[in-house]
Amino acid sequence: MLNIIDLHVRIKEKKILRGINLKIKKGEIHAIMGPNGSGKSTLSSIIAGKEGYEVTHGSIFFEGKNLLKYSPEKRAHLGIFLSFQYPIEIPGVSITNFIRTAINSFREAKGLEEMTATEMLKKIHKNSTLLGIDKNLLYRSINEGFSGGEKKLTEIFQMAMLEPKLAILDETDSGLDIDALRIVANGINSLKNRENALLIITHYNRILQYIVPDYVHVLYQGQIVKSGDKKLTMELEKKGYDWIKTH
Amino acid sequence: MIDIKKKIISSYFKKKIPWHEYFHTLRFDAIKTLKKKVFTTIEAWNIPLLNRDYMFSHNTSIEWKDIQPHLLYTTDSYRLVFVNGVYSARFSKPTQRYKNICVFSHGLSPEKYVYIIAYYAKLSSSQDGFNALNTALAQDVAYIHIPDGLRVEHPIQLVYFSSGVDSHYTLIFPRNLVILGKGSYAEIIEKHYTLGSDIPLSNSVTEIYTDTHSHLEYFKIQNEISKSSLIDQTFIYQKFKSKCSISTFSFGGKLVRNNLHIYQRDSKVCSKLNGISILHGKILVDHHTVIEHAYPNGKSNEIYKGIFDDKAKGVFNGKIIVRKEAKKTDAFQRNNNILLSRKTSVKTKPHLEIFADDVLCSHGCTIGKFNEQAIFYFRSRGISEKEARAQLMFAFVQEVLEHIPIPKLKKHIYEIISKKMNVYLNFYL
Repeated sequence: MLNIIDLHVRIKEKKILRGINLKIKKGEIHAIMGPNGSGKSTLSSIIAGKEGYEVTHGSIFFEGKNLLKYSPEKRAHLGIFLSFQYPIEIPGVSITNFIRTAINSFREAKGLEEMTATEMLKKIHKNSTLLGIDKNLLYRSINEGFSGGEKKLTEIFQMAMLEPKLAILDETDSGLDIDALRIVANGINSLKNRENALLIITHYNRILQYIVPDYVHVLYQGQIVKSGDKKLTMELEKKGYDWIKTH
Repeated sequence: MIDIKKKIISSYFKKKIPWHEYFHTLRFDAIKTLKKKVFTTIEAWNIPLLNRDYMFSHNTSIEWKDIQPHLLYTTDSYRLVFVNGVYSARFSKPTQRYKNICVFSHGLSPEKYVYIIAYYAKLSSSQDGFNALNTALAQDVAYIHIPDGLRVEHPIQLVYFSSGVDSHYTLIFPRNLVILGKGSYAEIIEKHYTLGSDIPLSNSVTEIYTDTHSHLEYFKIQNEISKSSLIDQTFIYQKFKSKCSISTFSFGGKLVRNNLHIYQRDSKVCSKLNGISILHGKILVDHHTVIEHAYPNGKSNEIYKGIFDDKAKGVFNGKIIVRKEAKKTDAFQRNNNILLSRKTSVKTKPHLEIFADDVLCSHGCTIGKFNEQAIFYFRSRGISEKEARAQLMFAFVQEVLEHIPIPKLKKHIYEIISKKMNVYLNFYL
C-alpha cells in the first residue's frame, strides 16, 4: 500500500530525514517511535503533503502512485488521512459542515453526486455513536475550546467519516489522560479492518497497549535504526531511547 | 471648481421644487455654507471627487425588469425606489396607513410637514460640506415614521438607482429621515446601485431618531460597480432603552466613505455597529464611526471585519466618546482585517475618549493574513485550496453575518460573498 524508498528531506539547510525506507501493506498496523526531534512528525507531514519541506532524494508510492506529485487534497482523495498532533482551532466552521464539505469533495473527485442530507446525518449519527462523541460537539466550531481529549476524538471522528485506506496518527496519545486515551484507542480499533492500515507515531508505549502494532520502528536522527515486532516497545520502555542512541 | 459650484446652484433654481418655506430657508442656508465649506471638507478628506464636470442625470427610461433583480423583496415589503435621486412612484410600494413610508414631496399634508420640521436637518451638521451639499440639493426625501407601539411587519427597502449614460459624471443626493416612535420596531435595507453607464457620486445623508424602547435594524448594502462612489453620512439619535443596530456591507465601488455618528441621548441605550468589507480592485472603503455615550448605563458594540485583495484599501477610524455623566458605560469595539495581496493596505485607528469613571471600554484591532496551517488542515481532508480559503473567509465574517435577523437578507449577503469569491457553498456555516 505505502512504499517509502530512501527518503531524504530537509527544511531549508537542515536535514530532517536521512534515508527512510518503509513498507506498509493493507491490514497492517505500524508504529514509529523515537525521541523528540527524530523526524517523526516530518515524516507524517510529508506523506500528507504539507508544504515547506524539500525532498532531496527518494520517493513515496501509495498503491503504485508517486505520491509526491499530488496535492494534499488529492492525497486525501487517494485514501490518506492524517490525524494531527495539534489539531488547529477554526472559529466559525462547525465540524458537521466541515466534514460535509470534505465528504462532498471526495465524492466530487470520484464523479459522484453530493451525499444527501439524510445519508449524511445517518453517517454522522452512526460514527458519533460508535465513538461516543457528544452530539453537541459536532455543531461547535472545529476544536474551539475543546479539551485535549475532545480534539483527538474529533480527529478520529473525521477518520471514521472519511474511511481512509491509510491513517497516520501523529501523537494521537499525547495530551490525553488514561480514560481519554482508552476511548480514543477503542475508537481507532473499531475502525480497523483487513482492508485499511494504520501508521501510529508516538513517544510512548501507552497507546500501543490498546492498539497492538504488527511492526514497530524506531526513528532516530532521521533514520529508522531498528525495526521489530511489539516486543521492541517493551524493550524501549525498559531501556529508554538512550539505548538506541548508544547502539 | 467655481464652475461646479455655480452649476450646482443654478441647477437648483432651475428645478423649482415645490417645497415648504422652511425647507427653502434650509436650502438657502445650506447653499451659503456650501459656498464656504464644501471645498475645505473635501480637502480634509482628501477626496478628489468634486474636481470634475458633473451632470445631473435625468434619464429615467428604466424598466421594472432592470430593477427587479436588485430588489430583495418584490412582495411582502415596503419599498421606496429612487432613480437618479428622483422618487419613482411606479417602482415603489409606499404606505401612509397607520405609518408613513413615503416621500416628503408626495402627498404629505401641511400637518405632517410641521411634524417633520422638528427632525429634518437637525442632526446633520450644517457645518459639514457634504451635508450642506445634500441639504441644498436633495430632492425627494425618503420619510419613514413609525408611530408608537407599532411593529412593522415587513422589511422596508430603500433603493437608489443611477441610470445615466455616456460615462457622464453624475451627482445623486439620497436623503433619508427615519423616526421610530416609542416601543416600535422596524427593519430597513438600504441599497445603492448603478444601472447606467454613468459614473455616479452619491452623496447620501440619513437621519435616524429612535424613541424610548424602540428597536431599529438598519442594513446598508454597498455592492456598487467599480466606478461608482458613495459618501454616506448617517446620524442616529437614541432615547431611553432604545436599541439600534446598523450593519454596513461594502463589496464594491471606487470610493466608499461611511460616516456613522451615534448620539446616545438617554440612559440604557444600546447601539450596535457591524461592518463587513470584502474588496477587490482599486477601491477605498473608509469607515468613520463615532459613538457618543452621554448618559449612564449605555451600551455599544462595534465589530468591523475586512478582507482586502488586489489593490483595495481600507480605513477604519472608530471613535468612542464617554462623557463625564455616562457612568457604567459598556463599550466594545473590534476591527479585524485580512490582507490577501501585497498591494493592499489597511489603516485602523481605535480612538477612545473617556471622561467618566466606572466604565467598561475595550477595543482591539488586527491586521493579518490567512492561517496557512488552517488551509493545510482543510486540504488534508480533501478540500481544495480555493474552497478552504472561501470557507475561512466565511468563517472570518460569520460573527457579523450570524446576527442578521432577516433570513432572506442573510442568504442574499451569503450569495453576494460567494459570487465575489467565485465559489458555491451549499450551506451556511
